[in-house]
Amino acid sequence: MNSIILLTSFGILNLFVGFRKSNKLILPLVFLFLLIVLAVNFYDWGNTTTYFERMLTIDNYAVAFTGVVVLTTILLIPFAKRYVDEKNESLAEFFSILLFSLVGAIMMVAYENLIMLFVGIEILSISMYVLAGSDKKNLRSNEAGLKYFLMGSFATGILLFGIVLIYGATGAFQITEISAAATAGSGDALTSPLLAMGLLFTLIGISFKVSAAPFHFWTPDVYEGTPTLFTAFMSTVVKTAGFAGFYKLMSVSFAGAYDIWFPTLVAMTVITLGIGNIGAAAQNSFKRMMAYSSISHAGYLMIALLAFNDRSENAIFFYSLAYSVATIAAFGILKLVSDQRDDISYNAFNGLGRTNPLLAAVMTIAMCSLAGIPLTGGFFGKLFIFSAALEQNLLWLIIVAILMSMVGIYYYFRVVIAMYMREPSGERVVVGSSASFALIFMAILTIVMGVLPGLMSNLL
Amino acid sequence: MNEIPEVIRTIPLQYYLFFSSTLFVIGIIGVLTRRNAIVIFMCIELMLNAVNLLLTAFSAYRSDANGQVFVFFIMAVAAAEVCVGLAIIVMIYRNLRSTDINILSNLKW
Repeated sequence: MNSIILLTSFGILNLFVGFRKSNKLILPLVFLFLLIVLAVNFYDWGNTTTYFERMLTIDNYAVAFTGVVVLTTILLIPFAKRYVDEKNESLAEFFSILLFSLVGAIMMVAYENLIMLFVGIEILSISMYVLAGSDKKNLRSNEAGLKYFLMGSFATGILLFGIVLIYGATGAFQITEISAAATAGSGDALTSPLLAMGLLFTLIGISFKVSAAPFHFWTPDVYEGTPTLFTAFMSTVVKTAGFAGFYKLMSVSFAGAYDIWFPTLVAMTVITLGIGNIGAAAQNSFKRMMAYSSISHAGYLMIALLAFNDRSENAIFFYSLAYSVATIAAFGILKLVSDQRDDISYNAFNGLGRTNPLLAAVMTIAMCSLAGIPLTGGFFGKLFIFSAALEQNLLWLIIVAILMSMVGIYYYFRVVIAMYMREPSGERVVVGSSASFALIFMAILTIVMGVLPGLMSNLL
Repeated sequence: MNEIPEVIRTIPLQYYLFFSSTLFVIGIIGVLTRRNAIVIFMCIELMLNAVNLLLTAFSAYRSDANGQVFVFFIMAVAAAEVCVGLAIIVMIYRNLRSTDINILSNLKW
């Protein structure tokens, strides 16, 4: 709760800082703000408090996922330096919107009432619509903004219709009360078409937001057109918060209806894994590959959701942390490289190993982590998810996932090959000291998570 | 003069359900078939209004104010969405002199 209040006031404060002629102060200030929020957030660790007549609950689950999204945003900030150099007039607004959207993310992981889930999703989404279209003169950014906006609000409508049908069937928005009403009538309420339809529509709505197939089609277009900095935010924070909220809804409200939603979700998982990985393998643009890769990671996270036991929470937490860190590193390097070489395809990375050994090394670690190679965080993320699924006897699903992650190795290593085996396609990429510091930090964090996973695997 | 929830309850609940679902489906069909960004946007608003109507009906039938409170949240959020959405559409109109979404096909694989 303190983090919500702080983020909101810091966001407003930041708008006032934007009145100054020079915008050199904004990035360090936002960095400082987020560090304060991160510290204050962990102050809540260990005690469970409810707010607003039990509409929000800050427990360890919420604190852990808030930590992930805030840390992700902190790691993103050093890469925005180009906006300062270009004297972008809207810099303060962008970062205020970023801070406000984090409030939405926190509400999505801490909600106790479907109203708060809806408001949280909307705060996050509406902020992202603005940021997706923030490059006003660029037609691609415009198109991404419009597509994201139309598809996002369409999904919101579907999600709302689902929530209303659930309300009609159970008479409650409180997720614990829904669970009581859904399980009370000895399976009676569960078979009611109203609740089943409500659950289906809610599933569709949330799948849109976390870009799970078959509701993923907006993802590649939007990710490609959005300015890289905000694509990174979109593919990490929105996904982490979305899955945390998704898991909470399923585990609290619809635990009793597992048999009903399991077949739907398992089919969606297989399609998501297939489309994500095979789609990514067919791309020539690195940014578009990362968009498909984010779809495929949604598929892996859905396996943790399907496993649905006491290990799932931890698995989702660990996986989203490992995924977020590696993705921010990859997008950060893409931003540095593409700003200078003006290219978002694999060719932009040609010969990076010779011109910028640091960037190439961090990129390799990030790609290994995303592909799930041992000694990186991504490996243990996948391991935890698969072992949770094994307890639920989902062996065939794990085999599908492992086959798909082998496809993943192909497209993640294309960029590594381009970096080390090809002739350099341009000059040395200029990297600021704060960006290189952040990159080194992310590389170390990824390896620490891969060598000592015990540090974070039993938090929840 | 009757209380408003009583007036709402003079019509059976199924009728509200059918009516709202129809409105909602019209909205969905509109989103999927129309090609003008503003018309698509109107169809989305139609979907939200179907939701609001159904919420009010359920709320009156259950004598539970929560549903009506949610309607206010939806209206407030929809207003915020309209602001951002129209701004995005205006931005596109300035650049392209059109709001037809078929023109927007730069991003494709």
